[in-house]
Amino acid sequence: MADNPASADTDDEDAGRRDFLVLAATAMGAIGAASFVWPLIQSMNPSAEVLALSTTEVDLEPIESGQAITIVWQGKPVFVRRRTAAEIATAKKDDSADMRDPQTDAERAEKPEWLVLIGLCTHLGCIPLGQKATDPKGEYGGWFCPCHGSHYDTSGRIRRGPAPTNLPVPPYAYLEDNKILIG
Amino acid sequence: MSTDSQWKNPVIRWVDDRLPIFTYLDHEYQQFPMPKNLNYFWNFGALASIVLVVMVVTGIMLAMQYTPHVDYAFDSVERIMRDVNYGWLLRYIHMNGGSMFFIVVYIHIFRGLYYGSYKAPRELLWMLGVAILLLMMATAFLGYVLPWGQMSYWGATVITKMFSAIPFIGDWIVTLLWGGFSVDNATLNRFFSLHYLMPFVLFGLVGMHVVALHVTKSNNPDGVEMNGPQDSVPFHPYFTAKDAVGTGFFLIFFAYFVFFAPNFFGEADNYIEANPLQTPPHIVPEWYFLPFYAILRSVTVDFWFISAKLMGVILMFGATMILFVLPWLDTSKVRSARYRPIYKFVFWIFLADCVMLGWVGGQLPEGIPLIMGQVGTVYYFAHFVIVLPVLGWIEKPLPLPTSISEPVTGGGGAVPGATAAKMEKP
Repeated sequence: MADNPASADTDDEDAGRRDFLVLAATAMGAIGAASFVWPLIQSMNPSAEVLALSTTEVDLEPIESGQAITIVWQGKPVFVRRRTAAEIATAKKDDSADMRDPQTDAERAEKPEWLVLIGLCTHLGCIPLGQKATDPKGEYGGWFCPCHGSHYDTSGRIRRGPAPTNLPVPPYAYLEDNKILIG
Repeated sequence: MSTDSQWKNPVIRWVDDRLPIFTYLDHEYQQFPMPKNLNYFWNFGALASIVLVVMVVTGIMLAMQYTPHVDYAFDSVERIMRDVNYGWLLRYIHMNGGSMFFIVVYIHIFRGLYYGSYKAPRELLWMLGVAILLLMMATAFLGYVLPWGQMSYWGATVITKMFSAIPFIGDWIVTLLWGGFSVDNATLNRFFSLHYLMPFVLFGLVGMHVVALHVTKSNNPDGVEMNGPQDSVPFHPYFTAKDAVGTGFFLIFFAYFVFFAPNFFGEADNYIEANPLQTPPHIVPEWYFLPFYAILRSVTVDFWFISAKLMGVILMFGATMILFVLPWLDTSKVRSARYRPIYKFVFWIFLADCVMLGWVGGQLPEGIPLIMGQVGTVYYFAHFVIVLPVLGWIEKPLPLPTSISEPVTGGGGAVPGATAAKMEKP
């Protein structure tokens, strides 16, 4: 912008005072504007009723071996699969395989029989297929994401496709032998 | 392609040669000549545009949380107050912003009335302003319906019902506005849509208002035009700084109500959910509609073939519509009330009349207030159709200064060289 002609002939002893006033006023204006923008932006973050702690209890009793169920926790699908002995064996055997996100099966399942995963593909968030008996389970017998073709194994680890990490394990705890609390 | 660009920064120059946005800003703000005798009453246009921006910004954020459905509207506003982060702040800013908007705009209007800012060559500037006022009123009304409280519901009923006073097609129009046989979900739904639309139409009108202002330049307290550079100072930094001072004080005033008296301007009954089976006993419109409301209620007798109902509606709309023709009703050639001894007096009577009508609008229309409302209504129109035209003929104005500089320097000519030369330089 063009120079302001009026500022050129300001007396030297006045210049400091003016600079101070301009700086102080601008600083106050900036702080004021920022403190107006802050609540505007914050209002878009999760509101109190959304933040209200969400936990979900799951009764494992009715799930047969080889069966999987999907439950909703904080709006997300959570996969609970009661794995067969063969699936557990495959998962453990693959612990040493070459993987993008190396993890042992023991790190991922507290009790080998029960695998609990957040059922969102780590690529771009679709729900992988493999929960139903008729679903394609992918090349590694776990889950297959139809959106961009990611393959997960019987431990929910990424084995092929664009997804960067394994299916995450949500925080959960055994309340009783056959009941877990997710969250 | 222009090569004589004044811009040294190559990026700015590149852009400016293709889209002269910097030249435009420089011309319209850095160099734009403002009369140098403007007082603080000339701050209120800038304040109004600031409130418009605040309303649009907070409104968009509120629309992210609000549900325009009769079953959820009231609760969704309560959810904004309780659960949404800073939702109470957004809602109170938006709610009080409506009142601030009208405070600022009413002062802006009476500034124009006092200093003759509607007179040639600023008639179109003034008429655009009246259109802005009408649209503001419509927008504020539509917004007030959204929380779906008792005042929302009955306000919506009453205001839409005004159209039923139109002969023959009135009832058809009302049904069209409602989208049903009463104010219901269809009404709320479309009011939400229109309340979102209107502010952007307002932006367009405000843009035209500013363009018209930049063609005719600002009026000033003396009401005489600028004769040359000695009468003006550039908008920036002189009036950007002065507007900033006014804005500072205004925001303190605004913040006081938002934080310490957020419900001062509101009606308690709007915290009761809408009930289509009961009109609250104390139904009053928002304060900024009260004078017009008083005019509506003052007509209690039929005029020949015009029913009292229709006449009330005509006069109420006429009270704003008459402002459109004000530039031609005021026959005086002198702009500023400073040099119009009788008009100056009449102006304050008119202002007092408007305030009185506002008070009457808040009272029950019986006894003394009813009579005051009727007298006030008659005077309101008499001011425009009798007093102003006649004053132009009979009033003897005081001698006008020959220039804006004259009252200061005692002479109309050039001001001491240094200052004048400096002004011409940019």
